[in-house]
Amino acid sequence: MTTTANVIVNGLSKSFGERRVLNDISLELRQGEFVALVGASGSGKTTLLRMLGGLSAPDQGEVLVPERRTFVFQEPRLVQSSRVWRNVVLGLDGVVGNKDVAFDMLNEVGLAGHENDWPSTLSGGEAQRVAIARALVRRPQLLLMDEPFGALDALTRMTMHALVARLCSVYQPTTLLVTHDVDEALFLADRVFVLRDGAIAHEVAITTPRPRTLRSDAHELRAEILSYLGVTRELLDGNAEPK
Amino acid sequence: MSTPNNTAVVLESPQVLEVQRRRRSWSWVTKATLPVIILVGWAALAKSSLVPPLTMPTPWGTVLELRVMWEKQDLAMNIGVSLTRALVGLIIGAAFGFVIGLFAGLSKIGEELFDATLQAFRAIPFIALIPLFILWFGIGETPKILVVALASYFPMYINTAGGVRNVDRKVVEAAKTFGVKRFALLRKVVLPLALPQILTGLSLSMVISILALVAGEQISSQNGIGYLLTQSQAYQRNYEVFACVVIYALMGLAAAAIVKVLERFFLKWREGVAVR
Repeated sequence: MTTTANVIVNGLSKSFGERRVLNDISLELRQGEFVALVGASGSGKTTLLRMLGGLSAPDQGEVLVPERRTFVFQEPRLVQSSRVWRNVVLGLDGVVGNKDVAFDMLNEVGLAGHENDWPSTLSGGEAQRVAIARALVRRPQLLLMDEPFGALDALTRMTMHALVARLCSVYQPTTLLVTHDVDEALFLADRVFVLRDGAIAHEVAITTPRPRTLRSDAHELRAEILSYLGVTRELLDGNAEPK
Repeated sequence: MSTPNNTAVVLESPQVLEVQRRRRSWSWVTKATLPVIILVGWAALAKSSLVPPLTMPTPWGTVLELRVMWEKQDLAMNIGVSLTRALVGLIIGAAFGFVIGLFAGLSKIGEELFDATLQAFRAIPFIALIPLFILWFGIGETPKILVVALASYFPMYINTAGGVRNVDRKVVEAAKTFGVKRFALLRKVVLPLALPQILTGLSLSMVISILALVAGEQISSQNGIGYLLTQSQAYQRNYEVFACVVIYALMGLAAAAIVKVLERFFLKWREGVAVR
């Protein structure tokens, strides 16, 4: 891994009316790094992600990101009137060769045979795979994911975790993942940022060697991150009543 | 009322809420029911003593009348003339409505610029303008085509603007993050998703274009179905009047059929959509 910074955020602030959602945030992501952003609801995770993607403007501060950025949203957000393969190459210019590119990418996310389906006929997990294929087909330098597996069932989510881990190791984009799921962060990320009250309250490095197993052995790290999110060790071990 | 624990609970299989797919053959029967009832009622009425003789032909009599008109009054040419007027007027009106609707639906400026004015123009009954149009444009094709265009732009305008405005902003935002912009965004995302409503507008415009045609052709025409209708009325040839009305009705049916075909072609993605 190189040490070149791929994302630089400097003194970023954002308010919605009276509410200050992000408060003077600074961070740096290295090239090819996978960072998970965790935090309670309303802690500003999505706002930060949207500003990195250029979807909303900051009030103050500076955001530097690479040119080729792609987004995976919580919902698939496919164009319902286009067949699956056309959705995958939505952001590619030209026509020649696009179909082959789309078919290859769909094969890679395990959707071979669904190329000519309409989006409305796909299951939630399948539609989200199309969204991931659409994001990766542009060979992003920065991949932004906003709770991409939040709406999926637990079983589908596990296979998606493995899929994303494999694809990210192949394509090596710098990745920022917003998530509520600490196990997801432990499985996928190199670093975890804990966001609280519009600021990065903690930063945890996940040094578990790759490839990782879905059955995480990093109990200490898990307990540490959960404690930052308000889940105490006592609560985790079952010795305490929730307050 | 509480059920004691030792009583057996009665179980039932739940009522199936999903609409069952029906067989195609039966759908044809359903579609034909009402027209058949109307035809039979019409025939019975024409044969009965309730209507004065020679004022209403039977359905079969109307068909015979159409055959006579086909041979003696060059019906094919007159239908052709009428269809051309309807089509040219519709193309002008619908294209205008589509372009302005697109502009008004996509931008706030477009809406502010056009919406109030077009809404005001809509309230003008186009029939009231026909005498003026004849004064201004003479008795040629221009006033007739203009009446059709004026009557048919509005449904297209209002549905295009509404359809474009209602496209899911989340999908548009997603497309933008993948670098799709301006014309490509319109072509790949906005227009396809707005198409169901745009086709509704087209269907309404088509029907209204035929209505406007009837009005436009009745004044100072030398050909077309409206001309035949006026002539028949003047000479009290009631069977011919009926035949002309039937022709207009068939044109309306054809317009609906064309829209059905367009929908089947362009809106394939909506077929067989399950409720999730």
